[in-house]
Amino acid sequence: MQFSFTSEQEEFRSVLRRFLQEKSPPSAVRRLMESDAGWERDGWVELNHQLGLTGVHIPEAFGGQGFGFVELGIVLEEMGRALLCAPYFSTTVLAATAIMNAGSKAQQEALLPPIALGEVVATLAFTEPNGRWDAAGIETTASPAGGRFRLDGVKSFVLDGHTADLIVVAARTPGSSGEDRVSLFTTRGDAPGLARRALKVMDPTRKQARLDFNGVEADLLGELGAGAGPLAKTLVQAAACLASEMVGGAERLRVSALDYANLRMQFGRPIASFQSMKHKQADMLVDVELAKSAAYAAASAAAEDDPELPAIASLAKACASDAYLQTAIHTIQIHGGIGFTWDNDTHLWFKRAKSSEVFLGDPALHRERMLQAWGV
Amino acid sequence: MVETVSEPTEAIVRGQARAWLEANWSPELGLVEWRTRLVDSGWGMPSWPSAWHGRGLPAAFDAVVADEMRRVGAVSVARSGVRGLAAATLLEHGGDFHKQKFLRRILTGEDNWCQLFSEPGSGSDLAGALTRAELSEGRWVINGQKVWTTSAHHADWGLLLARTDSNLPKHQGLSYFVLDMRQSGVEVHQLRQMNGHASFNQVFFTDAEAPAQHLVGEVGAGWAVATTTLMHERRGADGMRLWGAASNLKGRIYDEERAEIATVNEPYKWYPQRAGRVDLVLERAKATGAISDPVVRQEIAKLLTLSRTAEWTARRARAAQALGRPPGPEGSLGKLAASHVARAAARVHTLIAGADAMLTGEDGPLSGVIAEILVSVPAVSIAGGTDEIQRNIIAERVLRMPKEPRSDDDRPFRDVPKNRLS
Repeated sequence: MQFSFTSEQEEFRSVLRRFLQEKSPPSAVRRLMESDAGWERDGWVELNHQLGLTGVHIPEAFGGQGFGFVELGIVLEEMGRALLCAPYFSTTVLAATAIMNAGSKAQQEALLPPIALGEVVATLAFTEPNGRWDAAGIETTASPAGGRFRLDGVKSFVLDGHTADLIVVAARTPGSSGEDRVSLFTTRGDAPGLARRALKVMDPTRKQARLDFNGVEADLLGELGAGAGPLAKTLVQAAACLASEMVGGAERLRVSALDYANLRMQFGRPIASFQSMKHKQADMLVDVELAKSAAYAAASAAAEDDPELPAIASLAKACASDAYLQTAIHTIQIHGGIGFTWDNDTHLWFKRAKSSEVFLGDPALHRERMLQAWGV
Repeated sequence: MVETVSEPTEAIVRGQARAWLEANWSPELGLVEWRTRLVDSGWGMPSWPSAWHGRGLPAAFDAVVADEMRRVGAVSVARSGVRGLAAATLLEHGGDFHKQKFLRRILTGEDNWCQLFSEPGSGSDLAGALTRAELSEGRWVINGQKVWTTSAHHADWGLLLARTDSNLPKHQGLSYFVLDMRQSGVEVHQLRQMNGHASFNQVFFTDAEAPAQHLVGEVGAGWAVATTTLMHERRGADGMRLWGAASNLKGRIYDEERAEIATVNEPYKWYPQRAGRVDLVLERAKATGAISDPVVRQEIAKLLTLSRTAEWTARRARAAQALGRPPGPEGSLGKLAASHVARAAARVHTLIAGADAMLTGEDGPLSGVIAEILVSVPAVSIAGGTDEIQRNIIAERVLRMPKEPRSDDDRPFRDVPKNRLS
């Protein structure tokens, strides 16, 4: 396991941080979060042309950069810090990873290069209105239809589902249950029979959609009936990635609270000189640094495809969720009344912390998964 | 006679150390006899000055020599615990008299030492010490009380921080002494803790005496000298607790060393329980069946997460250090994180034990080990700097938050409000 970043990785991080500070200041976040799409194609293209970010962990053979999950984790940590409004988690983390895990070589050759180039925005539709985060919760069905398949059912909580060009869909053979005979499919976002509706989400910086499939034609990705394994692996890797994104946001909040406490004068001195503020800041530092250690351990385990990855990814997801939300709560508190206003930026990260706490499974679910993965 | 080494290289140092050990080391020597040879040769403390039992080598070679000693199983000089702190402090601040009189017998292990800093009225605020030292007819006369003094009951000498002038602000009126513990003016009483162990002592001074030359540093410079001692204490804190890895080798010298280690370690035997014994949680939960309770499972998972992430954070700090990178905040959090782990562990052990958590001794779970955890954990967040002081240090030194205004360092110490001794 890797406990320090290489000089190249540190350099990559600082380039990225400067780039995102410039491209995604809170004013840009606010502009995009008010839009229906939640992101804009010009910014997305620039992100990929300048830094090749969508293909960071996609193999070079499929048009990507050929790096691994440690570099992907760095990208996500910095995007979480900047609260970048872009379909990155949906496209690169969820869809590209699912295609890499499930797809045949020919399918990867066809589907990954346009993603790596930033030409195609994609997502993974696996959750349904029942809100379950595993293959067993899938009710959407896939029926054979002349070499292709027809999808029927409802997907929900689909990241960027209303704007994605390409959708990876998890569905099951009619009459099956559990993890049995679950498969992955791909379909176009504008396919006939697919009704897409943006959901009203608490976190407007990350849009979600409900997708109604009524006999939508789709292509099989990977092997029929063998989708549960690749889907589960994708979700484990995504949990590790989300932990990185969360610790980036948490650290940004921690620092903003510290800056404010140093500036804010009450009773004739900066509130940062009061012990109650210092102790809160020290506690926040412990929470955030421990969560960073967890996220880095998970990224490293994902990069090495460590057998302990499922446990460590769940550990990191739970730990980072708790740390992010707690840091957000402290940050609002330290700001006092101003921290509860719309004009103050804290609520933007607070809402991301809240939605990330639940997305891919809440901390209690991941703690249980961690124990089970350890055989406890 | 110590031969001088010009431009030492690792190979030269290693070769010299090896040759000397081949000629001198034997496990059938007595402990003091061997350490006397080691001290005379300078190989016991290679980076110390050659005038004072060392060889004047760069500190990097200490590890090379230690490596050669380990290779043949040679016992090192006595430098653990307060002995090491005394040696480091006297080497830095002591005069020739102190170095001449004390250093050799520290290194041979013939003398035991204790640290007389904390008082009932000044724990976190060490510079508020009330114990007085007054010069009378060429001797220092000491009156007052110290507390939390580990090993005072078998110490020959004490490192004493005492007030020599109450008319100066608190930090400026302190002086530092070496005190003979074997005198009638010094009384040592063991202090029984809530867990039943007695690892520490109270030390009472009633007209105890120290010769004038037992002052270390200048009169009024005691705080700076004490800071050196404390710095070495923090740096070595982990080493001090880990040192007692007694070898199981055969030979007269190892028997003597094992006896020495047993004496030094005696006060620390409950320390594993103080840290929460996370290692026992899963086996205990399986043994009691609590492992199938979803509420207990959540608490166990939280504890294991805390414990793993604290360990990973320490490894991040070590990895950064090994790469020569400036220390990040992750290196300052260990003590606070350890408190969180211990408290969480005590909570989980209680959940797992159920009603049995009320029992102790042979009636209690694991023959009383669980009970000892529950009544020892409260010490973790106090000993060696309370959690509150740790948070202040993190806030002020790592996060650079402004210090709180204080009302005790701008006036004579006699005018500062104090605790009353009962």
